[in-house]
Amino acid sequence: MNNPVLNVKSVSKDFGGIRALDEADLVVNDKEIVALIGPNGAGKTTFFNCITGIYTPTSGDVLIDPGAKGDALRINGKKPNIVTELGMARTFQNIRLFPSMTALENVMIGMHCRTKSAVWGAISRNKATRAEERAVVERSYELLKLVGLDEFVNELSSNMPYGKQRRLEIARALATDPFLLLLDEPAAGMNPQETLELEELINQIRELFQISIMLIEHDMKMVMSMSDRIYVLEYGRMIAEGTPQEIANNPAVIKAYLGEDDDA
Amino acid sequence: MSILTQESSQQSFLSAFLTAGCDSVAHALRKSFLAAIWFVFLTFPIMVIRVNTIENTVVWRWENMAYIAISIFFGSYIWRWLLARKEIKKDESKEETRFEGLLTQVQTKPVLKYAALGVIALIAIAFPQVVDLYQTNIMVSCLVYVVLGLGLNIVVGLAGLLDLGYVAFYAVGAYAYALCNMHWGLGFWYALPLGAVLGTLLGVLLGFPVLRLRGDYLAIVTLGFGEIIRLVLENWGEVTMGPSGISRIDRPEFFNMKMSIVDSTTYMYYIMIGLVIFTIFFVNRLQNSRIGRAWLALREDEIACQAMGIDKMKTKLLAFALGATWAGMAGVVFAAKTSFINPASFTFWESAIILSIVVIGGMGSIRGVIAGAIILVLLPEYLRDFAEFRMLLFGAIMVLVMVFRPQGLISAKRKIYKYEASNTASAGNE
Repeated sequence: MNNPVLNVKSVSKDFGGIRALDEADLVVNDKEIVALIGPNGAGKTTFFNCITGIYTPTSGDVLIDPGAKGDALRINGKKPNIVTELGMARTFQNIRLFPSMTALENVMIGMHCRTKSAVWGAISRNKATRAEERAVVERSYELLKLVGLDEFVNELSSNMPYGKQRRLEIARALATDPFLLLLDEPAAGMNPQETLELEELINQIRELFQISIMLIEHDMKMVMSMSDRIYVLEYGRMIAEGTPQEIANNPAVIKAYLGEDDDA
Repeated sequence: MSILTQESSQQSFLSAFLTAGCDSVAHALRKSFLAAIWFVFLTFPIMVIRVNTIENTVVWRWENMAYIAISIFFGSYIWRWLLARKEIKKDESKEETRFEGLLTQVQTKPVLKYAALGVIALIAIAFPQVVDLYQTNIMVSCLVYVVLGLGLNIVVGLAGLLDLGYVAFYAVGAYAYALCNMHWGLGFWYALPLGAVLGTLLGVLLGFPVLRLRGDYLAIVTLGFGEIIRLVLENWGEVTMGPSGISRIDRPEFFNMKMSIVDSTTYMYYIMIGLVIFTIFFVNRLQNSRIGRAWLALREDEIACQAMGIDKMKTKLLAFALGATWAGMAGVVFAAKTSFINPASFTFWESAIILSIVVIGGMGSIRGVIAGAIILVLLPEYLRDFAEFRMLLFGAIMVLVMVFRPQGLISAKRKIYKYEASNTASAGNE
């Protein structure tokens, strides 16, 4: 049995008196695609924020194990940039690109934490710095090509179409060289055709980079067809976990989404 | 026929002028009339009433009132027309003025570029030989402000951190040289790197606690720190000599040679030219590097930036410290130039002027900051002829720049990384 790359153990998050997450558990195994679903306001994005360091969980453990080797590292309370450096990269539900930078530059920012040149390098522009810059540009272009944005390479990100912006966010996250990619509603606002293409892209990314992917998504068709396992969150609690078939037939999930006849 | 079309175009220009920003001629008339009345009311106490304190009489200068009413009435037409023209222009072109277009052209054509650089270099070298001591002196202080502006530009323009206490680092540099010179006779050339190092250290020290804050909050806290430094200088008499300041600071020496005041000022001028060139080089390289990119990203979206693995604190601190480094150096030069410093030279007014240089010149634009410094420092000097109207005119020019060119005199043009098949990132502008 492989060790999980991400192991979240009974994580809770309180905002004042409101418990947004209530002892949520979640496991992502190596090279797995895991979906997190749930009704609006269930706490999915809060969960993402807790594991990526934007929020510090009130209690519980977030453990990562990049190589799936069995030596887990606790990352609660670490800053977002440290979490990214450790290898968890995310996208945002409401796209957060750098609007006045080009597509290429956006991806180049993603490579910031994997490069080193500092003030002296910038001033002297020595061999190492030039080589690094060239490598960054090359690599960024490759990533853009991979997500199908090579024609937008020199375009300002704010001028790109919405669906392309989502793809650019994925490319930027990939540039940080993650072992786990966290996608927050990657298909939001896309038409069925674009969603299909996105699904293809995500599968391709897993194959190519050999990484795990976790996504929050509302598009059930996409979730059901591409996930290995699904977690369902409701009112901050994990109410179900299982393969797409199990989830589709789980009474608790159906109740959460559709409600049920109320006798009381 | 051709005369006829010309006439009609003139007519349409006239009507456009008369109704600019208004629905009709009557509307425009009413607006101008109201503006005239309002200004008459505003200026009444200073322009009309004059108290003759010797004879204890009041002189009513009604004719001034008429002048104001008439000039505002017609002036408001011009004002509205200019505003309307600006709106049209904004729609038409992408905010590139003819001047900026010319600049871009000069920069993209190597021949023109080197010719322009040559002319500038020639003027810069010949300047102190041609003009008198007074002019050279003014130019030296102008260059000090260029360096200060470029330093603050790293903090405000590149990293987007509003720093209202920049003068604190300037003061530290100046006092470092003054005190070391007074006690141990430390020379200018040793003090220059010392000022830079002290500026950096203080920048890190101050930056560490305050950089958690953003925007307005950061501005207020830095403002407070600036004042604290000044108050310390003023009240810590045993060390800083208090408000009476430190005098007889050595001017920079040239291989232990004694120089006349004229030669020494000329020397100072060339030192400053060197420092400015060094600063431009430094800022330019920094801007187009991995660090400059991180600053830009941080300015745009902090959360996304952190999520992409950029250490927010470290990146901001770097900008703050580098800005302070230049303020420290400029401080040393200032002390050497005036050979007398006291806390009154480092008030908030100074921070405000430096910030204005950056904002009016164009945030993030090196050429803009230089233009801003030249205008803001030289203008009040050359406006001395207008005596008491000097600061009024100065203020009016600042307001005009902000109304008509809110992005600054020369807006920032970033070098954009372009991917080309030849696998190199090639430079755009700047």
